[in-house]
Amino acid sequence: MKLFLLATLNGITVAGLYFIVAIGFTLIFGLMRVINLAHGSLYILGAYIGYDVATSTGNWYLGLAAGGVSVALAGLLIQSTLLDRIQGQEMRQSLVAIGLSIVIADLLLARYGGLAYQFDPPAILYGSVPLPIVRAYPTFRLVVVGAAVIVGLVIWLLVYRTRFGIIIRAGVDDRPMLSALGVNVPLVSILVFGLGAGLAGLAGVVGGSALSISPGEDARYLLSSLVVVIVGGMGSLSGTAIGALLIGLAEQIGLAYFPTYSVIVSFVIMAAVLALRPQGLMGRPE
Amino acid sequence: MDVSKITRILVVALLACGLAVSAAAQTSVRIGGVMTLEGPFTVLGQEAVRAMEMAFEEVNYSVAGKRIEWIKESSDGRPDVAVGKARKLIEQDKVDILIGPMSGGEGLAIKEYAKSVPGKTILNGFSAAQETTLVNPAPNFFRFGTDGAQWQAGLGSYVYDVKGYRTAAVVAGDYSFGYTQVLGFMTEFCAKGGKVKEKIWVPMGTKDFSSAIARIPDKVDAVYVMFGGADSVNFLTQYFQAGGKIPIIGGSNVTEQTVLSTKGPFQRHIIGIPSAHMVADGIEDPAYLEYVAKYKKRFPDGLAAPSAPFYGYYVATKAALTALAQVGGDLGGNQGKFREALAKLKLDTPTGPVILDENRQAIANIFVTEVAQRPDGTLYTKVVKVMRNVNQTLGQPRDAFVARGVPSRDNPSCP
Repeated sequence: MKLFLLATLNGITVAGLYFIVAIGFTLIFGLMRVINLAHGSLYILGAYIGYDVATSTGNWYLGLAAGGVSVALAGLLIQSTLLDRIQGQEMRQSLVAIGLSIVIADLLLARYGGLAYQFDPPAILYGSVPLPIVRAYPTFRLVVVGAAVIVGLVIWLLVYRTRFGIIIRAGVDDRPMLSALGVNVPLVSILVFGLGAGLAGLAGVVGGSALSISPGEDARYLLSSLVVVIVGGMGSLSGTAIGALLIGLAEQIGLAYFPTYSVIVSFVIMAAVLALRPQGLMGRPE
Repeated sequence: MDVSKITRILVVALLACGLAVSAAAQTSVRIGGVMTLEGPFTVLGQEAVRAMEMAFEEVNYSVAGKRIEWIKESSDGRPDVAVGKARKLIEQDKVDILIGPMSGGEGLAIKEYAKSVPGKTILNGFSAAQETTLVNPAPNFFRFGTDGAQWQAGLGSYVYDVKGYRTAAVVAGDYSFGYTQVLGFMTEFCAKGGKVKEKIWVPMGTKDFSSAIARIPDKVDAVYVMFGGADSVNFLTQYFQAGGKIPIIGGSNVTEQTVLSTKGPFQRHIIGIPSAHMVADGIEDPAYLEYVAKYKKRFPDGLAAPSAPFYGYYVATKAALTALAQVGGDLGGNQGKFREALAKLKLDTPTGPVILDENRQAIANIFVTEVAQRPDGTLYTKVVKVMRNVNQTLGQPRDAFVARGVPSRDNPSCP
């Protein structure tokens, strides 16, 4: 009972992290049809920048903000100088993004080396909280879930309750028509890319505090984002949440009960979804 | 430009490369290095690069009048990638000698590959799975470092006698090096009468260990943990975050310098963790102190002290250079003379003498340690016991030792 409860809690908390990373990924895909294969690099870039700011100022919250804002700016730059020029050419955009991710990974390795880094979050977020049955649970993991819920709500409000959101949704459905109505679609694309990138950077700081930052995390979170959005449905907010929960729970419950095969569980889920509902659980058919 | 023209240019370019290779072969020795510069073992790979660099610089990149050409390739810790890179170095770059790889599974795969290139010599870097040299060894694969089971010599007795632990649970990486280390620890701990109640194997690539931690039983005296690099940092952090109170016994790389040099909240909890390894930061032998001083001077941006992977690649490179010097750089006759010299080599290393057994596996000193803090705040491994000249069968007769089978998830067992 205790083990099951702990594994479930762990699954939900890890899902929170996957959600924050994948939501930016799915936003970018939804509007621009770009599979941003540099998304993992943006995650790790935000983590390292946030780490520098947090350690030099001694303030974890500043680090969090810096991770999000700086990577959002980097995203604006990437979209406006590189990807926007080749809009609509998926293969080229993917290749440019892969190239970019390799360059970023090597630059970060040169600057930060291979050692793992860890944030030192404020004591109030860091200890453990008493809970029934499982006794103590790390506070920060609950913070991750809280952060995911807030991010999810804000994005939902933005997309479904604001004028900017209407433009984004219209862009998802019919780009040329939106453009004909006088909306500056490239500008909207740049802003959405910045937003998605910023979320990846933010997730970097959150993930780096819950676990640690080290080279290779970029590929790991890119992969988890891909699996989450494939399961949930590309471009769908609720799908991303469901996908993240499914994958997080499968991973942790697998690790608790059948560790040898836990690695393949997420891929089995992905294969099943692709076979039965190729557009993802909440995705719309093409 | 038409296709045939491109082909012609390619052929010319290829020929030019080939000519360059054969021209260089007479005046130089090509030494390849395979190390992990990607993935969770990146920091170990960086140390390996530093190690080979320092060893080559000591001889000014020349041995027996020949210039040393050094070509390195990065693996990510997976056996197939390591073999791919070894192939590339031997078959395309035409290296004479290969040094590597880093991790257990890679070592097993490269040993098998070694059998298909009998004219080349491979010196193991830091990989330490037991069966690499214990079972069906390759005649051209030399390991001047001890293996993961040897590294645990003395630890089982130490925690039983001194710490008074009688029962333990094991949480370890689910791969050959993990099995090897657990076998090394359990051989002594179980012989003393200790019991290992539960073994939790965690798949490679796991970053979030919380559900594995949840499976640790409450009623054991200690938890034996075996992870390396960033994985060790993650495990320790999550263990203490989850309010873990049971004392930890560290596998070799848990309290290794690549972990101790990592800044983070977990550092507050790890002082006093016992472990054992082929190196220790607290060795006070003059040769070791000189080696540390040299490392710090050469790599001011390196770790607080040279790590175990540094030592592994450094000793392997030194062994290759020493044997090359002994045979005057003669690599003719399928490197027969060179290999003979390697097999007979008695190498003085910073941690003491190393000799090889009949399977070309090192016999060397092992250090039982505890994590301690220096006055300047840096953490190091303090030596509490030295085990001299530990061999691969841990002092037991070879036949009996081999008969017990290769280490696996269920071997050994003493519940």
